[in-house]
Amino acid sequence: MFWQQLVNGLTVGSTYSLIAIGYTLIFGVLGIINMAHGQIFIFGSLVGLVLITEADMPLGVAFLAAVVVSAILGLILEYTALRPLRKKNVPHLASLISTIGFAILVEEAMHKLFGADSRAVPVSLGSEMYDLGIVQVRGVDIIILAVSVVLMFVLHFWINRTKMGKAIRATAENNETASILGINTNMVIVTTVVIASALGGVAGCLIGLAYSALIPTMGLNLGFKGLAVLILGGVGSITGAMVCGIILGIAEVFSVAYGDSSYRDAVAFGLIILILLIRPQGLFGRKV
Amino acid sequence: MKKSSRLLPSLLSIILGASLLAGCGGGSTSDSGGQAGESGGSSGGGEIVAKIGVVSFLSGSGAAYGEAQKAGLELAQAELNKANEGKLKIELLFEDSGGKKESAINAVNKLINQDNVVAIIGPTLSGEMFAAGPIANEAETPIFGISNTAEGINDIGEYVFRNSLPESIAIPTAMKKAVDKLGLKTAAFIYAANDDFSVSGFQTMKKTAEELGLENLGESTFSIGDVDFSAQLTKVKELNPDALLISGLYKEGSMIVKKARELGIQSTIIGGNGFNNPKVFEIAGDAAEGLIVATPFSPEKQDEKVQAFVKAFEEKYGKKPDQFAAQAYDALYIMSQSLLQAGEADRNKLRDALAQLKDFNGVSGKLSFDENRNPIGEAVVVVAKGGKYVPFE
Repeated sequence: MFWQQLVNGLTVGSTYSLIAIGYTLIFGVLGIINMAHGQIFIFGSLVGLVLITEADMPLGVAFLAAVVVSAILGLILEYTALRPLRKKNVPHLASLISTIGFAILVEEAMHKLFGADSRAVPVSLGSEMYDLGIVQVRGVDIIILAVSVVLMFVLHFWINRTKMGKAIRATAENNETASILGINTNMVIVTTVVIASALGGVAGCLIGLAYSALIPTMGLNLGFKGLAVLILGGVGSITGAMVCGIILGIAEVFSVAYGDSSYRDAVAFGLIILILLIRPQGLFGRKV
Repeated sequence: MKKSSRLLPSLLSIILGASLLAGCGGGSTSDSGGQAGESGGSSGGGEIVAKIGVVSFLSGSGAAYGEAQKAGLELAQAELNKANEGKLKIELLFEDSGGKKESAINAVNKLINQDNVVAIIGPTLSGEMFAAGPIANEAETPIFGISNTAEGINDIGEYVFRNSLPESIAIPTAMKKAVDKLGLKTAAFIYAANDDFSVSGFQTMKKTAEELGLENLGESTFSIGDVDFSAQLTKVKELNPDALLISGLYKEGSMIVKKARELGIQSTIIGGNGFNNPKVFEIAGDAAEGLIVATPFSPEKQDEKVQAFVKAFEEKYGKKPDQFAAQAYDALYIMSQSLLQAGEADRNKLRDALAQLKDFNGVSGKLSFDENRNPIGEAVVVVAKGGKYVPFE
């Protein structure tokens, strides 16, 4: 049973990683935590799901739609909740609150548009079981793990090796200086927010496949988990988000398997406190 | 990235502050509500105008229940106001509790003291009723639960009613029948530990299992809002029980059923009252096949009244009614019958009329109240077959 639970933890953990990568990107560049991230990607994936169930679209189209809608929501977030505040040079906490406001708006919009019910994901992609001797693995679990690892490497390469990545790092370092040096920082920020949200859309679709259902309220809880991973791994660190997502997933599953389900969130947030006490910059964060 | 070290402590303190606030919210609002006041509505010119408050779970994670209840109530309201034109006019005032005890308390206080309603229907969750029921009782306002199935609801006070069949009747009926027909010997339990309704259902299941001689192999818990149940179900698979008993609401419940079958658990699954919803089939799909539940209402029931209701509901809302809509619909019919009997929109007279209810024939079966105002009705045991519940034989 131990090995099976480990696999369970790995699956749960890789969905957390996918979510946390979105947070990390935005934090790295803007220095703010986007509290609407969870709601944005659930909205996107719900649109994808509705296309499958109502309009009989193939999975590929729905997937694309989910990613595009999430990206568009990210764009709206940037133009309504982030940019106006940035212009006025208000403290960072203000944009934290404005993203919470945006999150509430998106969640209520989901209730209006899709209803509050959980929606079943009818696609059976990846529901087949592979028996690997001591453990059984679902196809979708392997897909999720693979997608998160690939995304991590792509992002890592993109940020560290490309010109755009350089611009992002410069903006993250110091927005004003970067702008003086001729970097279109607004462009950089828009790109980051859109890419982070689009990644969220990918995560949302995979989560829908993994849990066979999407619920409008899922965004909040999963968002918090992503946040926990972000802090655990060290804000701004993509590797940290990846590794700590999996650590958190495994820790949660084991606390349920060998303890009680009520400890699930306690473990997640207890870990944060512990890590912050021992390593305030997070497991993979750099010292400031 | 320089800002990060300063931002994190502030963020954490916000989260801490918010949780402290949430923790305090419970007790602070229960002090007003002692006055009985004059009760709502007027009875001028022969027509009784009755204002009835509804406290329902209309936003947030359980909004699906609230929506169903609202739909059932509005359908009944339209029908009743048409049928009783000139005699009785019912006005419904909806308040959203969001499934929170504090909000339910606030809503009940507002309805009683500010809106002067003659009675209150709701709140949706048993936990909310335990919090808000005493306030209505204190204010001598009838409060009528339409989905509170936990034990002890009627013990709150003599102004508290419900037409939802308690789990203590429904669950044992289903379990007994399943054990008789299928010869089950062992059982494992899984329930939502942070929900009064599910915990009460679990206790009934456990007690019934002892009485029936089912061996208890293990108990697992989950939380409302969970989406991952792999850890618990991997444990259940190891135990390999004859019966898996699930006490929870349909959202999580149907995901558990689906996941259990995916993992290859072969046990007979028996669910609590929460499974009584057509949505179970949408979420669990083929995995729902063979699921056994007891229900007061089944849209498949071959009964003239039930079929007329199902048809009217489908015409108005484009979907089949569930138990929540049916019991809400029945509740308003009971209210109007008792209001007409009371002769005026008076809280005390309405209470007395409600207490005398006998052999009310609603869409969710026949209903009477015993001397403790507990509903007496019958539960039908149904099994999932081909995407719907059919009587279990």
